[in-house]
Amino acid sequence: MTWFSSPSDALDRLSATGYLADEATATTAYLAGALEKPVLIEGPAGVGKTELAKAVARANDADLVRLQCYEGLDEARALYEWNYKKQLLRIQASDESWQEAHDEIFSEEFLLTRPLLAAIRRERPTVLLIDEVDKTDVEVEGLLLEVLSDFQVTIPELGTITAVRRPFVVLTSNAARELSEAVKRRCLYLHLDYPVAERERAIVTQHVPDLAEGVVAQLVEVVARLRELELKKAPSIAESVDWARTLIALQIDSLDAAAIDRTLGVVLKHVSDQNRARRELRL
Amino acid sequence: MSLLDRHIAFLEALRAAGLPVSLSEDLDAVAALGAVGWSSRTMVRDVYAATLVKRASQRPTFDALFELYYPRLVGAPEVTSEGAEGDLSTSVDGPGALASLQEEIVAALEADDTDLLRRLAAEAVGRLGAMPGRGPGLSSWSSYTALRRLGADDLVARLVEALRAGGWTEEEAQRTAERRTGSYVEMVEADARRRIAEEKGPGHIARVTVRPTIERLDFLHMRRADLDDLRRELYPLARRLATRLAREQRSRHRGPLDFRRTVRASMASGGVPIVTHHRPKRPHRSELVVLCDVSGSVANFASFTLMLVFALREVFTKVRAFTFVDDVTEVTDRFRPGGDLVETMTELVAASAYAARMGRTNYGRAFGRFVEQHADALTPKTSLLILGDARSNYADLQLPALREMVDRTRHQWWLNPEVRLQWDTGDSAASRYGALVPMVECRNLTQLTEFVRHLA
Repeated sequence: MTWFSSPSDALDRLSATGYLADEATATTAYLAGALEKPVLIEGPAGVGKTELAKAVARANDADLVRLQCYEGLDEARALYEWNYKKQLLRIQASDESWQEAHDEIFSEEFLLTRPLLAAIRRERPTVLLIDEVDKTDVEVEGLLLEVLSDFQVTIPELGTITAVRRPFVVLTSNAARELSEAVKRRCLYLHLDYPVAERERAIVTQHVPDLAEGVVAQLVEVVARLRELELKKAPSIAESVDWARTLIALQIDSLDAAAIDRTLGVVLKHVSDQNRARRELRL
Repeated sequence: MSLLDRHIAFLEALRAAGLPVSLSEDLDAVAALGAVGWSSRTMVRDVYAATLVKRASQRPTFDALFELYYPRLVGAPEVTSEGAEGDLSTSVDGPGALASLQEEIVAALEADDTDLLRRLAAEAVGRLGAMPGRGPGLSSWSSYTALRRLGADDLVARLVEALRAGGWTEEEAQRTAERRTGSYVEMVEADARRRIAEEKGPGHIARVTVRPTIERLDFLHMRRADLDDLRRELYPLARRLATRLAREQRSRHRGPLDFRRTVRASMASGGVPIVTHHRPKRPHRSELVVLCDVSGSVANFASFTLMLVFALREVFTKVRAFTFVDDVTEVTDRFRPGGDLVETMTELVAASAYAARMGRTNYGRAFGRFVEQHADALTPKTSLLILGDARSNYADLQLPALREMVDRTRHQWWLNPEVRLQWDTGDSAASRYGALVPMVECRNLTQLTEFVRHLA
């Protein structure tokens, strides 16, 4: 199947699901579908990396299979595992000879599929989201290589399982660790950054439609000014949206200095950042 | 030049600039271009970026080369401004036309309209940057001339005024104006490069003008804009390093068997201990004493290394920092946990005034004073880190003082920001000091990161 028919089609259909992409994002999403290659998305926290995978799934009415990576993730949690408790029971319960049992306990019935294997065995269109891939250990990357390049998994007892239909693979990374060249080479690369003012206004309006247009414009401008300061963590889109929700909840209808001062904790999460912002913006 | 030739030349230029572009990425790019077609330039750029660039820091290099190999336009742009109406030859660079061009630029800068700015940059180079009368083969466009005639400083001042009128505070207006004008200056430079590339071929200009990525840029050859970029990089870099180090330390040090947990885990596999569990080992941490030369030439290098070391302080038990020019002063208390990076840097610069008496670097004297005043900082658990170019203005080297410092500490390193080739030239005492303390070349962020990782 084709995921998107052209870059502009990708742009339209993603925005129909509520994800306002820019041109580069739409082009990359289209290419990932057309070339059947995974996409590696990097960027600061809260700019919509994970959201893109969800939007692609929604736009194509596909299922989303998510593998959340963490330190210590291993083959048994990512790929597949033999259900050894069931295997033990099977051996103890039957009075067959070992020869017969030994062939049987390594069959589909005793296989526990984990996200990676589940994604490539699905027959429905599937988006596979491998989230925060930089948090895993280096060994897991080796495991990903076979899945990402050939969309197949080799299980010694069962043989090689090839994808019925290739999933749309999205990897996200916060660049806590440099990924190996081998993984990067197999992926398309997309760097998501803070949006331009116009797009950010549209995003905030879409998430918080109750907020008056003038306040949205003020909010986006203040956030843009905050990003110009040298902060430890610049506010991202997620923070802008949170801020807009806060303003609604507190029923603030104009973003003046006092209002900013009261709600600054929603956007800036370090004391030194807040002090700096207060000083530079003259709050 | 056919399209394929141009594609291959572009890839060659990327490789020459340090981007690892493999054959499979090359094929991906071609396949991707086949899928989207060549109808839109931005799309071609996005496609190339998605398939060839694999790291955000490589993007500026990529963009610069893309501008050269796939220029936005060929020749001069259509002149649209009012100042150029009528007879071109008299009005293009007359005083009236210049003023109106400046006005347009300031207005565009205030609105932050990138497309308009780019067109105005092309116009500025076309009208003000031409250098007629030179022979063939010489570059005939100069961004320098264009910018001088435009008056870049004047643009900043006018933009600050315009922004302040719009309700911005002074510092903010100043900073924003400088940043926006800076990006306009870059556009002008890019347009001049584009025009030269058109005449001489892109390969030539790519070799001459494209700068290495920020991680590979020499500390000693940085411009002010690079320093700002680098400072922005520093905090995320330190955080990355800290996570990685914590993880490596955990995995490297496996302590004795944790019997209880191992037996508990073996229940699941019918009493067979398939996975063993271990107690975490008590971390071994070292004390670090950093001694840095903060005289003019190497000050940047020293402050970046200090910031990085202090951002990683949880990896060490204790960090003490001293700065020197020809006298020593302690700066440990300038670093507060969670402190602001910009402020700390400013304070460091101020504090370095105490480190100078005559103002000429004197390593020997500094080492002597250190042993006299701060000998208590050196213990058998200490690692000593010296930062500097070992250029001591032909003064007495005081090797015995350094020898004493070495004897009283556990490990010693000397980081030298100069290229190894320049060691021992002029007043450099690199090999004489290097005989006592192992000296490491540390020219750019990549080398520094590698070293700090090894250190912890």
